[in-house]
Amino acid sequence: MFKKNVSAEPQKPVAPQKAADVAKPVETKKEVKPVADKITVGYTHLSGCTGCTVALADNYAGLLTLLDRYVDLKYMPTLADARHIQKVDVSFVEGSVCINDKLAVEEIKETREKSAVVVALGGCACYGNITRFSRGGQQNQPAQEAYLPIGDLIKVDVYIPGCAPSPQLIRNVAVAAYLLLKGSPEQKALATAYLKPLMMAADKGTSACFCDLMTNVINQGLCMGCGSCASACPVRAITHEYGKPQGERDLCIKCGACYNQCPRSWFSFDVVENYEAINETIMAALQ
Amino acid sequence: MGAELGNYKSCVSARSTDKEILKHAQDGGIVSQLFGFALDEGIIDGAIVAANKEFAAKYPSKVMADNSNFDMIEPWRPIPAIVNTRAELIAAAGTKYNVSPNVSMIKEATRSFGLDKVGIVGTPCQMQAIRKIQLYPVGARDVGASIALAVGIFCMENFPYQSILQLVEDHAAMKMESVKKMEIGKGKFWVYGKRGQVVQLPLKVTHKYEQPGCKVCLDYVANLADISTGSVGSPDGWSTVMVRSKIGDSVWAKAMAAGCFETQPIEKVKPGLELVTKLANEKISKNKKNLEERATFGVGKALRNPYI
Ligand SMILES: Cc1cc2nc3c(=O)[nH]c(=O)nc-3n(C[C@H](O)[C@H](O)[C@H](O)COP(=O)(O)OP(=O)(O)OC[C@H]3O[C@@H](n4cnc5c(N)ncnc54)[C@H](O)[C@@H]3O)c2cc1C
Ligand code: SF4
Ligand code: SF4
Ligand code: SF4
Repeated sequence: MFKKNVSAEPQKPVAPQKAADVAKPVETKKEVKPVADKITVGYTHLSGCTGCTVALADNYAGLLTLLDRYVDLKYMPTLADARHIQKVDVSFVEGSVCINDKLAVEEIKETREKSAVVVALGGCACYGNITRFSRGGQQNQPAQEAYLPIGDLIKVDVYIPGCAPSPQLIRNVAVAAYLLLKGSPEQKALATAYLKPLMMAADKGTSACFCDLMTNVINQGLCMGCGSCASACPVRAITHEYGKPQGERDLCIKCGACYNQCPRSWFSFDVVENYEAINETIMAALQ
Repeated sequence: MGAELGNYKSCVSARSTDKEILKHAQDGGIVSQLFGFALDEGIIDGAIVAANKEFAAKYPSKVMADNSNFDMIEPWRPIPAIVNTRAELIAAAGTKYNVSPNVSMIKEATRSFGLDKVGIVGTPCQMQAIRKIQLYPVGARDVGASIALAVGIFCMENFPYQSILQLVEDHAAMKMESVKKMEIGKGKFWVYGKRGQVVQLPLKVTHKYEQPGCKVCLDYVANLADISTGSVGSPDGWSTVMVRSKIGDSVWAKAMAAGCFETQPIEKVKPGLELVTKLANEKISKNKKNLEERATFGVGKALRNPYI
């Protein structure tokens, strides 16, 4: 059903700006229409290393196209002028929450209150990741020792796991979010199917570890030895012994990439069987 | 059913025109010949295959560092490796009937091995893994677009290494190092010795040795590959080839134009697609039933179903 009639073009393509308009800032403000077709997005930066921000930026031209056509970036430290949290359609949250830091706790709550959809971006926001190992004592805030993934404080709608998350997964989710909110009925169906597993991941929980492969894949009789988990691990904690994953558990930073990359954690035939059409849709959207 | 063979653009019976490849290949040498051609043409600059101990000893830089202790590696245990030449392809040809985690190298291929255009061969589940990586690249930054040719091999089931050891040494009474070839076909598991001896085991002996993960597998003919191939459906020494994606179509057309393969229409060969369809149906129905049984496995407790 996704093969035909799926075009990711916005319904009202943004007309190329005329040089004259650029010269007259007052007039450009009148371009209400194209902006109204965009989704509004915010970016809350908590205890994360900015790797997620860099991954987003690493979409290069793709990011510019996203901002040009689909996304009105309302606030974001680093990439936007405004930093304060505002009412938006979708907010991305990087980093876990330090519960000893009042401001961080307020920010995550405010993010939830003001966003229709909250996306946990990266291992720290989803699962705590490396911040799970904090015991405080670091300069210049030694008393900040307790960090929680955002899902322990607020309801999260979508996970983008990975340390750092890949630029392409961020791009895919951004395009899917746009299609979900602004697309035709077919595009909405496509976006819903695409986002469903990432929404289910958000429902599933806030802890991750190499051990998930043991407890939820091998112990369940589901591992077939593809190797995806080893390939996904950012710290090379996984090798394969006789075809099955072997984890160097002391190396594991608890990012959740291995489990979520595993085809036997979750797998949607509806989506993956249409990989060619979906890849083409996303690439067309960013042309 | 009707969907058991997946989407494909064309299907033929084929074999490689390269005699050297045919000598070492499992069936019609489709996989090795396709990668050889793709390497020559610059369609790929390397491919991930299932090599072995001898390969690792000869080409130590083509396997992962954790496989470098090749004295420890047993005969017939596959080692995922990167190949860049025809000689390396030939050294890694042939089926190893136990798990080779080829996808474990997909990211590393683009990192320490420096490939921009990666070829990969794998079982249907490994093709599923590849497409999940492309659509949901959780831990695969910049990897998806580098996958330039994914060749799938038909697969009814796979085995842990120790199962094959038991089948060969205990049931077939042969030494692993003396085995020249293993094959599943015509309802039997065949073990060919280097001295010419042949032992066949009925598949009812092999079933209990299968890898548990295969019992929920719903793909027989690598529906998600660019090109998939297997022996079933074609005469001995020939392979059934299904061209599936746009990439597959373009590579196959170029390889045909370059004279890489001899072909026969699949409708003209025996047993043809009818057998492939029958086996695919059997596998999928059996495993769908297994999935249903998992749903009521305990008392009010289900085993996990990965498919959503
Ligand atoms: C576990 C298993 C089960 C199979 N079951 C069937 C079946 O039921 N019906 C059927 O028609 N065909 C089956 N095949 C496929 C068949 O045995 C041949 O591999 C296929 O026909 C390709 O032969 P070829 O001559 O074209 O390839 P070749 O030129 O010989 O190349 C084979 C390629 O596959 C790679 N390879 C070998 N072993 C593995 C492995 N374990 N995992 C991943 N890659 C590997 C090799 O490195 C090589 O590159 C199965 C293969 C495997 C590995
Ligand atoms: S990714 Fe999943 S199925 Fe594949 S080897 Fe790892 S645990 Fe097994
Ligand atoms: S094993 Fe690696 S990929 Fe898996 S959770 Fe740990 S660090 Fe992440
Ligand atoms: S039967 Fe399925 S799960 Fe098992 S090795 Fe073959 S393709 Fe993979």
